Amino acid sequence: MKPGRLKQILLLTDGCSNHGEDPVVVAALARNQGVTVNVIGVLDDRQNSKPQGLDEVESIAEAGGGVSQIVYQKSLSQTVQMVTRQAMTQTIQGVVNKELQEILGKDQTIEELPPEQRGEVVEVVDELGESCDLEVLVLVDTSASMHHKLPTVKEALFDLSLSLNARSGSNQFSVFAFPDPKKTITKMVNWTPELGELHGIFSKLNSGGYTPTGPALKEALYAFAEKPLSDRMKDGEDPYEETGF
Amino acid sequence: MKKRAFDITPGSCLAGKWNGHTYTIIKKLGSGACGIVFLCRSSQGDTYALKVGEDSSRMMMEVNMLKKFSKVQGAKLGPSFVDVDDWVSPDRKTHPFYVMEYIDGVPLKHFLKGKSKEWVGIIAIQLLSDLENLHNEGYVFGDLKTDNLLIGNSRVRWIDVGGVTATGRAIKEYTEFYDRGYWGRGSRKAEPTYDLFAVTMILLEMSYPKRFEKGNHPEKTLEAKLSASPLLKPYRKIIQQCWMGKIQDAAEMKNKFSSILLKRSGKRSSSRMQKRLTTQESDNVELAALSLMAGVVFGVSIFSFWI
Repeated sequence: MKPGRLKQILLLTDGCSNHGEDPVVVAALARNQGVTVNVIGVLDDRQNSKPQGLDEVESIAEAGGGVSQIVYQKSLSQTVQMVTRQAMTQTIQGVVNKELQEILGKDQTIEELPPEQRGEVVEVVDELGESCDLEVLVLVDTSASMHHKLPTVKEALFDLSLSLNARSGSNQFSVFAFPDPKKTITKMVNWTPELGELHGIFSKLNSGGYTPTGPALKEALYAFAEKPLSDRMKDGEDPYEETGF
Repeated sequence: MKKRAFDITPGSCLAGKWNGHTYTIIKKLGSGACGIVFLCRSSQGDTYALKVGEDSSRMMMEVNMLKKFSKVQGAKLGPSFVDVDDWVSPDRKTHPFYVMEYIDGVPLKHFLKGKSKEWVGIIAIQLLSDLENLHNEGYVFGDLKTDNLLIGNSRVRWIDVGGVTATGRAIKEYTEFYDRGYWGRGSRKAEPTYDLFAVTMILLEMSYPKRFEKGNHPEKTLEAKLSASPLLKPYRKIIQQCWMGKIQDAAEMKNKFSSILLKRSGKRSSSRMQKRLTTQESDNVELAALSLMAGVVFGVSIFSFWI
């Protein structure tokens, strides 16, 4: 099997959306377009109860075929890389399951194989996770309540790049922030293979009193399509492109 | 972690769906990263460790690793593999499980209580010689940490090989405190030096059982903690060399520890005597130290094998 190119949106937020279309619907749309949506809800280290509205985090990721996690600020770095990896494995497993069903018939999934064969399939999935190309669009909620968490977010993104760049497959990252009064989302970092020291990022922020998570997700989806032509040509050969499951 | 819908209590019987073997649960041993480990008895009356999990792929990866290392001749790397199967719980859900050798031992923290300071060095040497074997097989341990170790019969044993990664790949699983990436000391590529860094952090943890965070200047934090530790004073130089990337493999680091341990035990030799050891002689000393350590380690492993 040839390693393909996986696409993910990683949404970092700390509250519920209160403006524009339903983010769950947009996430489902993204999934159909072959883009997985992962969501991480970031809590204050001192916050001891789960605030209302964060249930949304789980629903968005579920609709987006991705992984969700609600974490305290201090464990953000490790969570960001874990969620990204889990979602990669999940997507690859989905593709492999589809292949298995074509060969072995309906309802046949990795879980239902005898342990011996399962072991072999899992090796293949692991190999693909190591060698596939990956595009991650990071979408950061920069509304007022997130401001003091942004240094941690910056650190976590650097760490994510460190983790993923240890793989043999190539990576592309970009970072967007929302809300933005004019364009809904603001491009912070253009597509780059490495999120190095993110100096000055998040320094000029516009924060209104609203959280348009749905519209922001939609814009993020467009941003995937607006990638340079050379990249889209490569995507054309992508076996994962049409896997809208 | 998700809540588990099933309930496994002492006395429960788990029957494998594919292989048909039955295991009786004796007690819970602990919770791992992706499952619960129980002590169990097979129908033949043998005692094993049994891990039940949720994520079948992850469990299979662990089984693949265990199988690989059961085949390695000579040195025992991790628990040996016994069985892998699925268990269908009363609520008709399928739970993957596997069975492995039960390693009876105590956590490092408890073991070191009341022991002499030399044990720090001996543990390091034991870890490094296992790593040397693993690295020679083309693998890196990855998630090397105190929680993944037990001491049985005065010998360090690995109990969780879930993080073992083929050399050159990306480390998938790590714990920040032991991860060189977290400390700004290198990449997360599976290289022998990745494990060597983790060994130095296990040593630091012996001095600081509650661990510590990196702060704003990770490198300075590490240096400060190291110099403030009387326990690690004899090994300070080796640890610093490792951090600077000057030690390339486990064997080299092991030799450095061996020579320090031997020097320290030679109480009768005055500092002047030690100075007079020329390079030639110190080579001999190192060789002697090595063979001594090898003898001890071999002896212990034979001993543990016997019982």
